[in-house]
Amino acid sequence: MLKINFKFLIPLGIFILLVCFFWAGLKLDPKQLPSALLNKPLPEFVLPDIHDQTKKLTHQNFLHHVSLLNIWASWCLSCQAEQPFLMDLARADSVALYGIDYKDDLTDSCDWLKRHGNPYQLVGFDQNGSASIDLGVYGTPETFLIDQQGIIRYKVIGVITPEIWHKKLLPLIAQLKR
Amino acid sequence: MIKLILFIFSCLVVLQGFAQTKDSYQFQNADQQLRFVKLTQQFRCLVCQNEALADSNASLAQDLRREISHMILQGTSDQQITNYLVQRYGSYVLFQPPLQKSTYLLWFGPFGLLILAGILLIVLVRSRQGKLR
Repeated sequence: MLKINFKFLIPLGIFILLVCFFWAGLKLDPKQLPSALLNKPLPEFVLPDIHDQTKKLTHQNFLHHVSLLNIWASWCLSCQAEQPFLMDLARADSVALYGIDYKDDLTDSCDWLKRHGNPYQLVGFDQNGSASIDLGVYGTPETFLIDQQGIIRYKVIGVITPEIWHKKLLPLIAQLKR
Repeated sequence: MIKLILFIFSCLVVLQGFAQTKDSYQFQNADQQLRFVKLTQQFRCLVCQNEALADSNASLAQDLRREISHMILQGTSDQQITNYLVQRYGSYVLFQPPLQKSTYLLWFGPFGLLILAGILLIVLVRSRQGKLR
């Protein structure tokens, strides 16, 4: 009869535990910071529209409907990749789409929208980036999902991929509209 | 003699790197300048995440340094400036994580593990001593 001493399993057990921790840790992307403003109201801001300086984009625009606020810039390459998707979204008209042009040049931005299409109902011109700082923006593109009460419900860091759209945004939008 | 002069000169060249801040802001007194340096070293640059706001060349870091310098000139306290940043970017912007329920494991975990290992060691040594007798 073999006497099995199970004590050898302890270092193995600790090793497996460590592997689990490292696995979980390596999967985390430090660039994907959860928004500090999640489930908080959209911060107050007033920005002039890039096409018509007399029109303003403010936090009030986001009340009474579900909307997406997309932070972009003409110098941002990823934003170019995202634009076709946003154009489709605008055509589908399921959510209101607004933009904030982050630290950009007015002529460059207008040209960029002419070239790639303008899916936004309004685009706020945030020249020095201070409104975007209030939103906790640290890169472009970033997109906020805002509910009918003006509360931020979700934030996408980076380009909105079909996966993010189907798995995260679409279900949330459907939920909010109920 | 020349070697000594060269040595002192090269020391000064190296040391002046520590005395400079990234951009030059005008403050009303040395205390404000000191607060600026101290604060910007405490906050993480979210773009270059291993650098402090004080050191980063990122555009966002420049903007935030500008904001912090304005707040210091307006008389905002260190705590208020910290709150301003944490409110917008979350506690990740602090190099030192806050001490709260969600970070107890982070703060006390290593010591806990150390104590656990110590206890295990004592128990093992005692049991071995027991077997020897």
